[in-house]
Amino acid sequence: MSRPSGELKFVSAKRRVREDRRFVAGRGRYVADIALDNMLHVAVVPSRYPAARIVSIDASAALAMPGVAYVLTGDRLANAVDPLLNGLDTPNVKRYPLAVGQARYVGEWVAAVVADTRALAEDACEKVVVEYEPLPFVIDTEQALDPSSPPVHPEHGSNVLLDKTFVWGEVERDFAESPRQLTFRVVWGRSSTVPIETFGVAAKWDPWGEILDVWASIQMPKYPDQIARALRIPANSVRVHHDVDVGGSYGVKRGIKQTVLTAHLARTLDRPVRLIEDRLDNMRAGDAHGPERIFDVEVAFNDEGIVRSVKMRALDNVGAYAGRSPFQLGKPIGAIVGPYQIKSVQYRAQAVTSNKAAQEAVRGFGQAPTNYAIETAIDKVARAVGLDRIEVRRRNFIRKEQFPYLIPSGTQYDSGDYHTVLAKVLAHADYDGLKREQAELRARGLLAGIGIAACLEPSGGNSSFEPLLNEKNTTTTWMDSCRIHVDALGFVTVTIHTTSSGQGHETLAATVVGEVLEVDPDHIRVVRPDSLASLPSNSPVGSRMAIMLGGACFHAAHKLKDKLVRIGAKQLGRPENEVAYARGAVTAGGATLSWTDLITIAHRNFHLLPEGMEPGLETMHVEQVPTGSKLPENGRVQMYPCHSFEFHLILIAVDPLTGKPEIPRYVIGHDCGTVINPHIVRGMTLGGIAHGIGAALLEEFVYDGEGQMLTQSFMDYLLPSAHEVPKVEIVHHCTPSPFTVLGQKGSGESGYLGSPAAISGAINDAVAPLGISFSKLPIRIAEISDAIAGAAVSRAEEQR
Amino acid sequence: MKVALNINGETRTADLEPRKTLLDALREDFGLVGTRAGCEHGVCGACSVLIDGAPARACLLFAVQADGYVITTIEGVAPAPGELNVVQDAFCETHGLQCGYCTPGMILTAHALLARNPHPTRHDIVQAISGNLCRCTGYGQIVEAIERAAERLRVVNAQEAAGHANEEERG
Amino acid sequence: MKSAPFDYARPESLAEACAMLAADEDARAIAGGQSLIPMMAMRLARPTKLVDIYRLPELHGIGSDEDSVTIGAATRQVEAEHSPTVHGLLPLLAKALPWVGHPPTRNRGTVGGSLANADPAAEIPLVAVALGAKIDVTNLNGVTTYDADDFFIGPMLTALAPGDCLSAVRFPRWRRACVGSAFHEVSARRSDFAFVAAAAQVALDPEGRIAGAALGIGGLGDRPVHVDTTALGGERPQQLLIGEVVRAGTHEIEAMSDLQASASYRQRVAVGLGTRALLDACVDAVGRDAEARRRGLA
Repeated sequence: MSRPSGELKFVSAKRRVREDRRFVAGRGRYVADIALDNMLHVAVVPSRYPAARIVSIDASAALAMPGVAYVLTGDRLANAVDPLLNGLDTPNVKRYPLAVGQARYVGEWVAAVVADTRALAEDACEKVVVEYEPLPFVIDTEQALDPSSPPVHPEHGSNVLLDKTFVWGEVERDFAESPRQLTFRVVWGRSSTVPIETFGVAAKWDPWGEILDVWASIQMPKYPDQIARALRIPANSVRVHHDVDVGGSYGVKRGIKQTVLTAHLARTLDRPVRLIEDRLDNMRAGDAHGPERIFDVEVAFNDEGIVRSVKMRALDNVGAYAGRSPFQLGKPIGAIVGPYQIKSVQYRAQAVTSNKAAQEAVRGFGQAPTNYAIETAIDKVARAVGLDRIEVRRRNFIRKEQFPYLIPSGTQYDSGDYHTVLAKVLAHADYDGLKREQAELRARGLLAGIGIAACLEPSGGNSSFEPLLNEKNTTTTWMDSCRIHVDALGFVTVTIHTTSSGQGHETLAATVVGEVLEVDPDHIRVVRPDSLASLPSNSPVGSRMAIMLGGACFHAAHKLKDKLVRIGAKQLGRPENEVAYARGAVTAGGATLSWTDLITIAHRNFHLLPEGMEPGLETMHVEQVPTGSKLPENGRVQMYPCHSFEFHLILIAVDPLTGKPEIPRYVIGHDCGTVINPHIVRGMTLGGIAHGIGAALLEEFVYDGEGQMLTQSFMDYLLPSAHEVPKVEIVHHCTPSPFTVLGQKGSGESGYLGSPAAISGAINDAVAPLGISFSKLPIRIAEISDAIAGAAVSRAEEQR
Repeated sequence: MKVALNINGETRTADLEPRKTLLDALREDFGLVGTRAGCEHGVCGACSVLIDGAPARACLLFAVQADGYVITTIEGVAPAPGELNVVQDAFCETHGLQCGYCTPGMILTAHALLARNPHPTRHDIVQAISGNLCRCTGYGQIVEAIERAAERLRVVNAQEAAGHANEEERG
Repeated sequence: MKSAPFDYARPESLAEACAMLAADEDARAIAGGQSLIPMMAMRLARPTKLVDIYRLPELHGIGSDEDSVTIGAATRQVEAEHSPTVHGLLPLLAKALPWVGHPPTRNRGTVGGSLANADPAAEIPLVAVALGAKIDVTNLNGVTTYDADDFFIGPMLTALAPGDCLSAVRFPRWRRACVGSAFHEVSARRSDFAFVAAAAQVALDPEGRIAGAALGIGGLGDRPVHVDTTALGGERPQQLLIGEVVRAGTHEIEAMSDLQASASYRQRVAVGLGTRALLDACVDAVGRDAEARRRGLA
């Protein structure tokens, strides 16, 4: 089953995205639009303390209010459901949808109130009286690491969830033999993807059919399984409806606690129940914060700026519960050297709990922070040896002819041409012109800096970090599937088996199937059966759907085409290898069987079918992740199969008084192999950059010394608006992946994986003449100004 | 409290608690779910509707305050079922959206901008949509969609004007 | 995020509104509601009753006489933003208005609502303080007029008492020949509340010396402040001197500090932006003067 030979008709063409039509009409169907008959609504009581024993909960006043159906406490819930799944082997870090016995962060859900309307439920929440006994707490990451800090989960014994050191290659020797070394610390602040739609879920239990129907704003692998386990019901009693549009996710829409809570309430009350987080619920206790990470990095290099070895320690503050979030320290192992020929790496991954909200998977699953650390290292090496930062990257890049390239941690990079992408970006941006522009800005009294980031986007979404960080986990597949059905009138219907949150999977599936079958994708219908009627899927995580759903569609379509060829060959009396398939028809020796002929045979003329062929016309394919079939050995594993590349080159101007940065120029070179839909890839890249601007300059979940959260609303947690996002120029390049059916790679995380590094680099370049630098994201406007003013003061003092 | 609202050219009535926002009333009482709740405190703009032709937050207005205005929601802009207006079509052309959640508010805001300013500059467009947060697109393809729609509206309007002139000459 | 229950009334007249407000001390007037409703949604504000003054004809409109421009409290910000009267006679306010919230909130938000809300970083209160506007407050006993400087007491705190209804604001007109203005603001995002904002208006004499100057700084202290600029009288516009005067006028103000901006940031940027605003107002004055002359000649 080879790649389509000759010209691609639909793949890579600038075709419209089919999903857009319903969205522009306001006809998307989100979970909050699903109103079930007789439905009840949930509101939650948040903890006021970062750590407190729950002494008692008195719900009598709340229950006496009109319209209030029920008040659920954690103790009662814990009797009925099992703890939610942990990624790591940490059985004593138990997590339930409501706090059980003890609240572990401000905002944590302590009780749930169910009422006829959300407003009534909120009224009643105010009447639930919770008696707390405040306990010692820990907020700071490094304090949490200290054995004397109060453990968030006393049964676990400490706040350390993970502390694992990997050594890949001759690190100590490489350090000893390198003439130059430097060390630094950078800190990635706690931000997240913060979709405009919060998480929501509606559930209905049918006690006679013994089936739980779930509609949710979900983007999570193995969601039905996790619901079933927690509720202690058979997995085939859970029916998740995939025909729900998800209002943005970028990783975080994994509301398992919300779902288990809501489903339990629906079962208990025998009525449909819906929980739609409001913005406050979502920000403080949606358990959807992102990585908060300290990097301590040592780099060994030579006078030519060639980096030989790196020691990296990554310490992540995952918040009050584990979930899957510590795995975000594992995924970046698959691109731990970035696009560079670094010979050896020591990597220490540490995850600690603290009395903050729990983390969830965020776009890139830990790769964006890691890329920020790697790119900061390269900038610092350049500065140390007095070379241009671009030149140092050029010298260290893996060369085109070295692919597939095995990095020390065990992943083989599929393909790339970093030097060419870089050259194209410099040419497009007119690098010398950009430097002149920088000089002009400086002459006008502004600070101006150029930022550079060269980053990889591992894609294909394997789950090898699971067995790598948890030996009890033996996962070696992370499949996705497609089924194609051609009806008796010849119309093609493709099924996909997950929800989507804006990635255009219906367009992807129709395009790939249309390409293989040579049928206009606009005539193909794409549907999403519920989970009980679905084939296996691991949902759109890990930049994987172009590769995995694309691969499944490609193969299912080829199987269909092969069937048609066999049917045709039999009628035409020729061996299969002598008949040709084109645009739905089969031809041999001047005779042709049309699409209609073939379909009619398949559906109506069993007597004409090849021996052994089932009637009807249907195929399916379950796609295994390319390259990902082995368990880790000696701390090495093939992580993701494909590696997209992005090269950011930006110019930033900073007003030295106010500290306000502007981005007059933003150029990105992007190579994700064969592009299936250019509009979609472009949107991902532009959106990712905007998201990265937020992480670099504006967004952070901040807790004060009392453990109170300062950024609970959109007035304090600042998402970039159209004002803050510059016009971005994209320079395309295509290095096909040898491991995928069309040469495609992933692009769902593009832009975001490099823009924080580039912005940090640009600001540090801007302020470098003042002898200052910034090493924590976000870099706030006022901090920039304060540092500039501080530098001016110290210069003045020096001069005196 | 009884309210009678003029929504998408129809008078709609309901008996509502004063505390119900226009946003919740549109969604729950009038079945117009194209208006989305994003933050419910006036920052994100997902709930934007047009009030007398100008964009406003439906979460920052109680339904009982909204009588007497001409209210337009996303359901009221398409020319016919299954058809798109110029702005909607332009958003499809440039893929000025991904998840679709902010899209109705974005389109209404763009619609209002183009109704009062047929020649918007990039700055005008950015200014107009700056109160509508989009987390997916980074705004690039949204700005392009509005530029494209403006272009098309200018062509259409010029043709119509020319058509009028011709008719008048003939008349 | 749903408001706690409340009663709603829409009086027919300002007098009726005042009676309603007087009858219930937990009642609140609502106009555009663009600041009040978010507070209610988060249940940080819980009025028992909303008295809707948005459509009262007495509270609408923009008018002017020899001495001042009067804006009715329930006049929408967008109306003021596009008002020829405001542009012609009150260019400083015209420059500040595009910084208020974002376009959709200005479509509904009112001039009086912003004053009554009294956010220390808000633009309309800042211009009112900078120019020494008069604020009319109506209640059952009649109308009381406050100097803007006295009206703002602290963060979200004004001289308004239960039963009061802010009814109009009167901005003084400067009737000199050569007047210019400038408005500067820095915030995290363009539409956010200012870390610091500076509103300046300057009149120059025929020799180009400063004949009068007004400067307000927002976001610095717990309310907008009027900076004493009398020392600039008779001086030529000059950065160093202006900077010193602004520094002297702001350094004793206790600056706010929060997550986004430190007190020292606010102090420093207040001086910088205040200076910039005064200088730019001088440049504006020269430009407007030249424009007026050109028109006069034509």
